[in-house]
Amino acid sequence: MEQDLKTELSKHGIFATTFEELYNWGRKNSVWPLTFGLACCAIEMIATTMARYDLARFGAEVFRPSPRQADLMIVSGTVTKKMAPQVVRLYNQMPEPKYVIAMGACAISGGPFRDGYNVLKGIDRYIPVDVHIPGCPPRPEALIHAFMALQEKISAQQLTGESRPRHLKAELPSEFPVPEFGEHGLEPAQNDEVFRNPLKVLQG
Amino acid sequence: MTLPGITLEDIRSRLQAQIPGCQVDLVVNGSPSAQNSLLIDRQHGLAAARVLRQEMQLDFCSNVTAVDWPDRVDADTVKTKQIVDGVEKEIEQTVKTAIPGYLEVVYHLFSMSKKEGPVVIRMRTANRTDDVALPSLTPVWRSAEFQEREAFDLYGIVFDGHPDLRRILMWEGFTDYPMRKDYVPPPDDDLEILRER
Repeated sequence: MEQDLKTELSKHGIFATTFEELYNWGRKNSVWPLTFGLACCAIEMIATTMARYDLARFGAEVFRPSPRQADLMIVSGTVTKKMAPQVVRLYNQMPEPKYVIAMGACAISGGPFRDGYNVLKGIDRYIPVDVHIPGCPPRPEALIHAFMALQEKISAQQLTGESRPRHLKAELPSEFPVPEFGEHGLEPAQNDEVFRNPLKVLQG
Repeated sequence: MTLPGITLEDIRSRLQAQIPGCQVDLVVNGSPSAQNSLLIDRQHGLAAARVLRQEMQLDFCSNVTAVDWPDRVDADTVKTKQIVDGVEKEIEQTVKTAIPGYLEVVYHLFSMSKKEGPVVIRMRTANRTDDVALPSLTPVWRSAEFQEREAFDLYGIVFDGHPDLRRILMWEGFTDYPMRKDYVPPPDDDLEILRER
């Protein structure tokens, strides 16, 4: 239905929508994050949920202590190599549709600890990330901005057709391999199915 | 940095007098802090620690850390007099001495009862490869337990007599010692490859 027609109809007290819009509107306003913090970014995440910034305005006030009830994983902080398998396992335990926000420099790339022997160089090596927020740590406003970006992404998702999201394509995985502890580091060092290797991207 | 009226020299001579065969050397710190320390030989480390705790009232071990000293060559210029063509001349010679590497563990001791400290003691392993055992001082200072595990984890120092010597930060099955000078991290960094191009 065209937007002009919808506007015209609404002037006459007739509300027209599609099932897809209604469905996405409901989903985007009830994204429940997982109660899960890794480092100092988690403090900002907690501040975001409290009265001053109040993430509840966006329908995300219910932090679920179980991954089975969560829709969103906020990777808030440094992911150590010892913690990375647990993070991937928690992600695997979340039901579809599920989303990931990589919060802060560490979760994106390892940040200031990138050269550390026990620091994962970004969680996007193992699980697909929907929104990246830079910052060290990002302010609560930045997390809210990321959350709104995620809401826009959800409301734009189509339920049918080729461009439908991953969780509606049966052939695409919803669980990702959990890395193993190796003798020198995590094995594999990244999941090539998920990770956009900057070297390969540059080579085309 | 010493106990009231007691210098490191006093502690040193007392340890040598009480423990037969105990070798204690004064390690001089030439920096402005002048925090000198005592190097105790590893065979008598535990006995020396007991004396320090029970008789010197050094009842608190605040910090245990380690240092990796790789193999190095010290070059000293020495002036020698030689007779060249019948004339005595002063000639500068460079004398190179190869010093094999070792691992060193450092303990910072305080006295709560006397409100003094720190007294810094060190112990050294024989080398960096196969003879890396040192006596654990956890039986003397309980607070050393986790920090000795950390030194074991990151430097590979084996503490004999430790009650629970496992890796503490890295996982079981990890074979490297990340804080050693010759540690090379696994090549999982694509940006490093980009930077080199």
